[in-house]
Amino acid sequence: MSLTDLTAAELLEMLGSKRATSVEVTQAFTDRIRRLDTGVGAFLRFDAAAALEQAERIDARRRRGEPLGGLAGLPVAVKDLLCSRGELTTCASKMLANFRAPYDSTVVAKLKAADAVLLGRTNLDEFAMGGSTENSAFQPTRNPWDLERAPGGSSGGAAACVAAQMAPLSIGSDTGGSIRQPAALCGVTGLKPTYGRVSRQGLVAFASSLDQIGPLAWTAEDTALLLSAIAGHDPRDATSVDVPVPDYRAALGTSLKGVTLGIAREHFAEGLDGEVERAVREAIRQFQSLGARVKEVSLPHGKYGIAAYYVVASSEASSNLARYDGVHYGHRADEQRIRAELAAKRKELVAAGHTAEAEQLESPLVMLYRRSRAEGFGPEVKRRVMLGTYALSAGYYDAYYVKALKARRLLRRDYDQAFAEVDLIVGPTTATAAFKLGEKTDDPLAMYLVDLYTVSANLAGIAAMSIPCGFTRTGLPIGLQLQAPPFAEDRLLAAAHQFQEYTDWHTQRPKL
Amino acid sequence: MSLSREQVEKVALLARLELSDAELSAMTTQLQAIVGYVDQLAELDTNGVEPMAHPHDFTNVFRPDRLEPSFARTAMLATAPHADEAFYLVPAVLGQ
Repeated sequence: MSLTDLTAAELLEMLGSKRATSVEVTQAFTDRIRRLDTGVGAFLRFDAAAALEQAERIDARRRRGEPLGGLAGLPVAVKDLLCSRGELTTCASKMLANFRAPYDSTVVAKLKAADAVLLGRTNLDEFAMGGSTENSAFQPTRNPWDLERAPGGSSGGAAACVAAQMAPLSIGSDTGGSIRQPAALCGVTGLKPTYGRVSRQGLVAFASSLDQIGPLAWTAEDTALLLSAIAGHDPRDATSVDVPVPDYRAALGTSLKGVTLGIAREHFAEGLDGEVERAVREAIRQFQSLGARVKEVSLPHGKYGIAAYYVVASSEASSNLARYDGVHYGHRADEQRIRAELAAKRKELVAAGHTAEAEQLESPLVMLYRRSRAEGFGPEVKRRVMLGTYALSAGYYDAYYVKALKARRLLRRDYDQAFAEVDLIVGPTTATAAFKLGEKTDDPLAMYLVDLYTVSANLAGIAAMSIPCGFTRTGLPIGLQLQAPPFAEDRLLAAAHQFQEYTDWHTQRPKL
Repeated sequence: MSLSREQVEKVALLARLELSDAELSAMTTQLQAIVGYVDQLAELDTNGVEPMAHPHDFTNVFRPDRLEPSFARTAMLATAPHADEAFYLVPAVLGQ
């Protein structure tokens, strides 16, 4: 048994009882990263020496008997979308390839305060836009269960590094399923907290009314441990909510007896893979055998989720990403060349007698914006910025943006009605298990549809998580999604933990 | 609503993106498919439904009006590709 086979809770226990040091734990994980990550590609950057230095400092403080934080000595991987002071934060974009964050995001600050060992930065779809991590400007990430397949996305590196046992805990972000979908496809546990539960300060913004940071790990217990460290109100994020953070680990013992699970008939409609459906239905039977009741509910507007999501998310993205203009951050196109090109064009037009057109040529500043963005952004980011700009433009704003916001309200009402009758909603996280790398890259719309079951939770702002619930015949993991009313993360985690006490899906490991 | 190449070109200007001819063609086809899919929202009856821009109902979250240290200008300007000690630098806009 290697240290990398243990859960975070088990490691924490060993560290606390001095049966292992943080240096030993960190060394075990960094050795594994060195050995396996050339094949998986989960990390964009990792610095074993820096991680070991942090571990040494924590070990020294432990030896001196100083008080330590809740994650003391545990390695944590962070999605490369959260600012960490003085360090590169690339968002897997050429635009920010050299961007060093001037401050810590609140979540990174909280991890440091909890005495976690920051292992390295994980890969993602550029600016978190995508469902396969193939939109990273730097490298693909491979699914540890089958290296020919995608890990899901956008937190593909975050999920794959846990699945490959290269980190016991991992931080992702979820705008439309970006924690839950890769967790499902990589066979790990991942939680998207309620909107406002975790501070977004210092998270590079994609869609501000949807983005949430959350934990990934093997077990519900580890997920609870990490969520406890990062949740809470932050005066620097006006959308973070001042609701007390419960002790998530203490809540795990809550029995499933008397808990009512909602099954939405829309989750079992066409498009759901047969093997996934069988595994999910079997998981529901397991919940029933543990004392849960089951009741059918309806989420009739769920089918508009993807359409509403892509309008809302892209609109917010087009606005948020306006800051990358070649002036404030990141990549800047060659100014000399732009000036020379414009001068040549002007000369040409004047020589041909088109003086009026020569006057209307773009200014060097507008050209600088346009070219810096063209060179810095990848194709998917450009598509979303275009879609969002279109949806917000004069003449289309009401038909698309406002209409999508109304659909969003209807979706939220569906949930409010369902949660008046049930405690949790249970269904598949994704319609299929992991797809092949390259399978969907030529069809953006097909890629958007992988978020079918996950986007609604973001639009509604509720809490949701994915836990492993089975495997396909070919050995690919299947994920079960649990959804809960706002701020009922404790309920989600307790149900997931109870399930994991009686099942062993979360203990299966890929052979690497 | 079908999207024309000219419209896509106009949106690219609004979005401050320079697109090559090939990109413009591909973008037009892809956006047509995506917008075609999104058009299903039109069938929803949303009469009397309040738009939901945000999951929370609260508005105007204020912090106490206290002076607090802010980031140093130099630290913020350090993220810019081109700046002097006080300002972001851009190509001349006037008097070219």
